[in-house]
Amino acid sequence: MGTPRVGYTGYIEEELHHDYGGDTVFGFWIYILSDCVLFATLFAVFAVLQNNFAGTIDARDLFELDYVLAETGLLLTSSFTFGLAVLSANQKSMRGLVGWLMVTFGLGTGFLYMEINEFIHFTHEGAAAWSSGAWSAFYALIGTHGLHVFAGMLWMLVLFGLLFKEGLSENNIVRLMCLSLFWHFLDIIWICVFSFVYLMGVL
Amino acid sequence: MAHVQTENTHGPGGSAHGSLSEYMVGLSLSIILTAIPFAIVMSGSLNETTSIVLILLCAVGQVMVQLVFFLHMNTSSEQMWNSVSAVFVILLVMILIVGSVWIMQHLNHNMLMGH
Repeated sequence: MGTPRVGYTGYIEEELHHDYGGDTVFGFWIYILSDCVLFATLFAVFAVLQNNFAGTIDARDLFELDYVLAETGLLLTSSFTFGLAVLSANQKSMRGLVGWLMVTFGLGTGFLYMEINEFIHFTHEGAAAWSSGAWSAFYALIGTHGLHVFAGMLWMLVLFGLLFKEGLSENNIVRLMCLSLFWHFLDIIWICVFSFVYLMGVL
Repeated sequence: MAHVQTENTHGPGGSAHGSLSEYMVGLSLSIILTAIPFAIVMSGSLNETTSIVLILLCAVGQVMVQLVFFLHMNTSSEQMWNSVSAVFVILLVMILIVGSVWIMQHLNHNMLMGH
């Protein structure tokens, strides 16, 4: 970001004062939207295959809503604590930022732990990813969301390193903003997951 | 260095900062909109159609709450491209999901007819 740009359309003065951080965040927003399309295809697959149990155990007999509610609580709270981390960053409070990010990381870990536990439990009950079309679609959708959460947590670890190295630099704020978009986006996807997969699956 | 040439309330890329009260309201609304559909399904007191409609309404409501209170989307000119691209993607998502379900249902229907 510090490098001077030799613009071939350099006759526009404002070009030199361009908001590169803004471009990065907007570019990341476009990525998030393309990720929405990815999840839409997985939701469509699930919608089409959700009743094709092919003799394997039915989702109705396996889903435990208390458990899903707890998972939802963890992810929802983590979205809120991430918001607090961003607020701390705006107030230039490094301690607040790192503290709330760590809380968010902890909540994310709890969520992933519960999700993996659930997958293991389901697989033992005869609902493995290879059992039937419905269960393959289920694992593809929920697993992709889980992988995203995992990626978000790796990103948090990298950001911790960068924060300790560079402090609250402009670059780090832009990175934090992108991660914030990503994390809230995952929460939004989870809302669709618990509504369409779990709640409607049990009805 | 990047020249962040925006108002107090807006960060890079039209991302707004929000305030603590905004996040608190967002969290409270999210909790309510999560509790309602879970309560409906867990109690099983309503019939299926009503339940589905209520779950859908709560889901849409909660996504809106998250977009407004956590992602701070609004219709300001700084965010025009964020919003326009999002609306386009909502259209794509609808075509993908509704289209897939529609086609596959017709396919099932036609297969049964030939049976």
